[in-house]
Amino acid sequence: MAQVKRPLSPHLQVYRWGWHMAASIINRATGVALAFGSILLTWWLVAMATGHDYFDQVQGYAGSIIGRLVLFGITFALMQHLAGGIRHLFMDAGKLYELKANTSSARLTFVFSIVMTIVIWVAAYKVMGVM
Amino acid sequence: MADMKTPLAKVHGLGSAKDGTHHWMVQRMTALANIPLVIFMVVSFVGNAGKGHAEWVAWLKQPLVSVLVILFLANFVYHMRLGLQVVVEDYVHDKGTKIATMVLITFACVLIAALSIFSVLRIAFGG
Repeated sequence: MAQVKRPLSPHLQVYRWGWHMAASIINRATGVALAFGSILLTWWLVAMATGHDYFDQVQGYAGSIIGRLVLFGITFALMQHLAGGIRHLFMDAGKLYELKANTSSARLTFVFSIVMTIVIWVAAYKVMGVM
Repeated sequence: MADMKTPLAKVHGLGSAKDGTHHWMVQRMTALANIPLVIFMVVSFVGNAGKGHAEWVAWLKQPLVSVLVILFLANFVYHMRLGLQVVVEDYVHDKGTKIATMVLITFACVLIAALSIFSVLRIAFGG
């Protein structure tokens, strides 16, 4: 049986970029990124259950420059996925479909995630007494 | 529109098996539950930033904290499994690869849940 090779969704290349499209795609991308982050969280919990020495070692990795960069990325991904997810729950309820509300709420998710990421890191550094 | 497919072909097409709505609903329910649980986790991580092993263990040993962390782990792993399935269904079109990827993802999700929840229980019930 001959099959026509039609383009399968999602075929992103045919669309013009907009805030709504960016919010949708980044919600999926951050979700996948957080899945990798869950491996790190598991590693950290296993280390805590293993004992003092191994936990200190893993905390050392987390506190290194690369560790902090990864954790910063995870913080942003979590906040963006949280905001994007809440926006999607509104859309599931039939809200935010008007073009203006859709675009502005999409933009708002980015404002939220960037602000919250900075707030979280400043708060964490303050708790540590570094800032 | 006339459907020329045989009943067997329809089944092989792996279309609706009448559980599409369930997947959709559970993904939203776990999303909703994730909101307070994620806030709790983030607040806890910030509040305990820079603490050592003994302090983290003392934090996790508190009954309410143990339960909330386990709820968070179970809930987000379920949400993650459902979300990754949708991604695979959208991008992996080869049937064999799709099934293999889903099996791998499911196993990985169960492993993550088992390892992390066991770790919490071990700390919670440990000496």
